[in-house]
Amino acid sequence: MAPPTSRRSGFSKKAQFSLFTGYLLAGGFALLGLALLLLSLWQPAAFAPVRGAASDVVAPAGEAGAIARSQSQGLFASIGGYFNAGSQNAALREEMEIARIRLAEADAIKAENHRLKGLLGLRDNAVKPVAMARLVGSTATSARRHAYLSAGGNDGVRPGMPVISDRGVIGRVLETGRTSARVLLLTDSESVLPVRRAKDDVIAFAEGRGDGLLRIRLVNLGINPLKVGDLMVTSGAGGYYRPGVAVAVISQTTPDGGIARLVAEPSATNFVAVEPVHQPVAVSALEDAGGDLSGSPDSGPSPASTATTANASADPE
Amino acid sequence: MEQLDPRARADIYGQRINREPYPWRVRGVPYASIMLASLVPVLLIADVMPLAPPLGFLMLLGWRMVRPGLLPLWAGAPLGAFDDLVSGQPFGSAILLWSLVMIAIELIETRFPWRGFWQDWFTAGVMATAYWLATLLVSGAPMTQALLLVALPQALMAILLYPIMARMVASLDRFRLARARRIS
Repeated sequence: MAPPTSRRSGFSKKAQFSLFTGYLLAGGFALLGLALLLLSLWQPAAFAPVRGAASDVVAPAGEAGAIARSQSQGLFASIGGYFNAGSQNAALREEMEIARIRLAEADAIKAENHRLKGLLGLRDNAVKPVAMARLVGSTATSARRHAYLSAGGNDGVRPGMPVISDRGVIGRVLETGRTSARVLLLTDSESVLPVRRAKDDVIAFAEGRGDGLLRIRLVNLGINPLKVGDLMVTSGAGGYYRPGVAVAVISQTTPDGGIARLVAEPSATNFVAVEPVHQPVAVSALEDAGGDLSGSPDSGPSPASTATTANASADPE
Repeated sequence: MEQLDPRARADIYGQRINREPYPWRVRGVPYASIMLASLVPVLLIADVMPLAPPLGFLMLLGWRMVRPGLLPLWAGAPLGAFDDLVSGQPFGSAILLWSLVMIAIELIETRFPWRGFWQDWFTAGVMATAYWLATLLVSGAPMTQALLLVALPQALMAILLYPIMARMVASLDRFRLARARRIS
């Protein structure tokens, strides 16, 4: 097929000029795009308000999709249950899995209590979630792993707040719109989370690898004490997450730690809770100290600042 | 005449007498379909790896290949800006890459004016692969072997999806030009 002849400029000055203008505009826009790209790589939070407005528009459609998804998951689960031993089976299995995680978390809390026995009177109050919401979407085409949440600034959600499902940690709020927020999932390659083994005090960092698994890097190098099947929970270092929430299970050991699978898969969750930042005073103090790293709490928590804050508060342990 | 064959005075766009296509469809359908295609992957929860091919980009390629000259040369920039808002890429990446792709296809078309389906598919496949690699590079995530491996299905899907997208664009184009408005 030949292109339409109307697109050849020929001797017409008008057609020649409009063709030239088209190239000029396209080239100019490409340069503008390059400038914007460099700006947003340098300052990731620069376009947060525009993105927030866009995700506010998309979120209601995602809400319907999330309801359909959770219902179809329930349907599949009950069909699977009939195949095995009645639909009860699926529900019971899920309950038992959660109970197993809770049991490991209870071990973690026991160890924590033992450690904190000297600090009587310094008890945490029960954490009241800021908002309950659905995960309504994600950046499925990009190499970054972000998810959209159907609660935003109007519900009290602020950047930096941890997002937790009934099984464990999902991620952390990165940007907020009015009625929606963007969550940095644990599997994103920029996500770093201080963790410890549930049984004892082996502390490590859980880094996203970008392929759905987490890389556990031990802080104290030496003989690797990790074993396949160990549950890693949040250590509370860094001040964002409360300690003792399940994060991942080791599936493979490496010389400097291990490779771990997520406990709470975002695609399998229905509702998630946005919790307040665990130690807001410590977080703001650390951010002021490292002011040049992340600027204000509104800017997305960069991995550098996370690592620094985590290091700073992990040292005393 | 109509009694012998009801489609005697009609073509694929409908009756030829007394009918006209809607102006909003003629102008708006390409842009609306590309923006919708940008939005569709957002509704998937992909927590493990980049799952969906860049549908908005494939739709743009489809319109550009099936209907050359319909989208202006600079159309990649505004559509890319919309895609950037929802795709999770750093803002500006699609503005840059979609503009570059539009210019590149224009140059290819000037060089090889006679084209067919296979050549279109080849061009679209090269463009989609280059776009896939470029988005990985500018996404802000460090390029590791693991990331490249899990993103590979995305590139394959994008290449294999082009013929389907081209058929979809063709049917959208029939909808766009359908003579649905009765003039008196």
